[in-house]
Amino acid sequence: MAATNLSPARQTGDRPETTTDTGFAVRIDKVSKRFDRRTDTPPVLDEMSLDVAPGEFVALLGASGCGKSTLLNLVAGLEPVTSGRIEVPGGPAALMFQEPALFPWLTAGRNVELALRLRGVPRADRRAETQRLLELVRLGQSYQTRIHELSGGMRQRVALARALAQNAPVLLMDEPFGALDAITRDLLHDELTRIWSETALSIVFVTHNVREAVRLGQRVVLMSSRPGRVVQEWAVDIPQPRRIEAPDVAHLAGVITEDLREEIRRHGHH
Amino acid sequence: MATTKPPAAVPAPGAGDELAGLDALSVVRRETESLPSRLRRKALPPLVAIVVALGVWELVVLLELKPAYAVPPPSEVWHTLTEQWAEGNVQAAVTNSLRRGVVGFLASVVIGTVIGMIVARVRPIRTAIKPILTGLQIMPSVAWVPAAIIWFGLSDATYYAVVLLGAVPSIAIGLISGVDQVPPLFHRVGRVLGARRLSAVRHVLLPAAFPGYLAGLKQGWAFSWRSLMAAELIAISPELGLGLGGYLDIGRELNDMSWVLSGIFLILVVGIAVELIVFAPLERRMLRNRGLLVESR
Repeated sequence: MAATNLSPARQTGDRPETTTDTGFAVRIDKVSKRFDRRTDTPPVLDEMSLDVAPGEFVALLGASGCGKSTLLNLVAGLEPVTSGRIEVPGGPAALMFQEPALFPWLTAGRNVELALRLRGVPRADRRAETQRLLELVRLGQSYQTRIHELSGGMRQRVALARALAQNAPVLLMDEPFGALDAITRDLLHDELTRIWSETALSIVFVTHNVREAVRLGQRVVLMSSRPGRVVQEWAVDIPQPRRIEAPDVAHLAGVITEDLREEIRRHGHH
Repeated sequence: MATTKPPAAVPAPGAGDELAGLDALSVVRRETESLPSRLRRKALPPLVAIVVALGVWELVVLLELKPAYAVPPPSEVWHTLTEQWAEGNVQAAVTNSLRRGVVGFLASVVIGTVIGMIVARVRPIRTAIKPILTGLQIMPSVAWVPAAIIWFGLSDATYYAVVLLGAVPSIAIGLISGVDQVPPLFHRVGRVLGARRLSAVRHVLLPAAFPGYLAGLKQGWAFSWRSLMAAELIAISPELGLGLGGYLDIGRELNDMSWVLSGIFLILVVGIAVELIVFAPLERRMLRNRGLLVESR
């Protein structure tokens, strides 16, 4: 299936475009990755290719162990590729993990501020920018709050604010809501969609939850396992904000689940 | 980043309210306690324990379970203490010992931190040196006193050598285990946020390793203080200022048990004071900030 144009929710002429005019925010070009040097085992990723358009929201779906997280680590530059090329023209991507991974010795605000500091934002501008980012994730009151005093969902929002503080055009998210309860997750889906629509961010969102993928993504990309590569993709033409329990979301999720199951069954035959 | 535009496309009515409600439900409240109530809860039990201990001691004396020269009553020990205070011996011994202990400990912190950092981060050095450090940490540093006397004679250098050999391994090993306990995820977060070598050490590694490091510092001080007392007891010279170890030794020579007990009392009090004034607040602050403080009620 072909990649979609911008969904109706994003057809806004006044949206600033990203600084690059390459036509993609991330290009993954025939990337392979193996962790051991033996060639008789299948690689984690095998000549995988995927382009993410500027401002696009891609949901990357796959069973556990399909190399989704590995792919994000490669794009974030945390690990080298074995072969192939990854281009991120706008500079290093931001990355969010399943755990908030906030630093417990800093307050919520200081965690965000550290990202600004490491990016080289002058001291005088940091406090105001931190406050703006905390308000963006609706935590304007929480600058002084210690991490352990926040709920799981609030921590993940601070982590989101910290990722946004990097000012990267691309945000990689590795099952960021996987450990949250369903109500919190639903609300964070709304928040993420809102923030994405207010910014020029391109998002690659990794999940094994089909409905979550359909709820969020403009495009859902299904990955195979061992070796990991793109099997199929779907354009999601349901206008935002979607509800995870809406019939059209459930319907598409049902279709995709069939393919995911088929993909998993393939491994049972070995 | 883009300036915010009116979120016309995504109204999500009431989403903020729901989130705010959820936040309000899940926030952990900080409890505050009044000072009198805290004092009653924290300071009263140890005071009671001290009073009970003094009572038992007094009882042993009254029942004449031991001859009076071996177990003098608390009042006599107190008398010796005030007498020696008037002579200025108590102040001299405490300040001399504290000076040696603190200077030696601070030097140990600098040396131990540098060694610990190198051993923790450089693998071949770690393989070579870590077992030796562990061995040195277990070894009582009093064993170095004869060697130190031969090397440095009866001088302050002897004391400092023994203090360093006692404290440096503990501090280094504390830092190493602190570094080992840093979750690998923190290092990855640091890299994603753009922390490079020095900034990663400063903003991620050191604060993350701080709990283990602090434990090492505490143990390092304990070893400094113990080693110093042993060294002062063995290496005595009139040219060196009187320390608490030397004070203790005078009591032994005079066969004056209340003098000896007053020395033991002073060594104990200095140890407790340093713990309460320096380490306990540092530790409490660190634990409270990180949500690791479990208040028992």
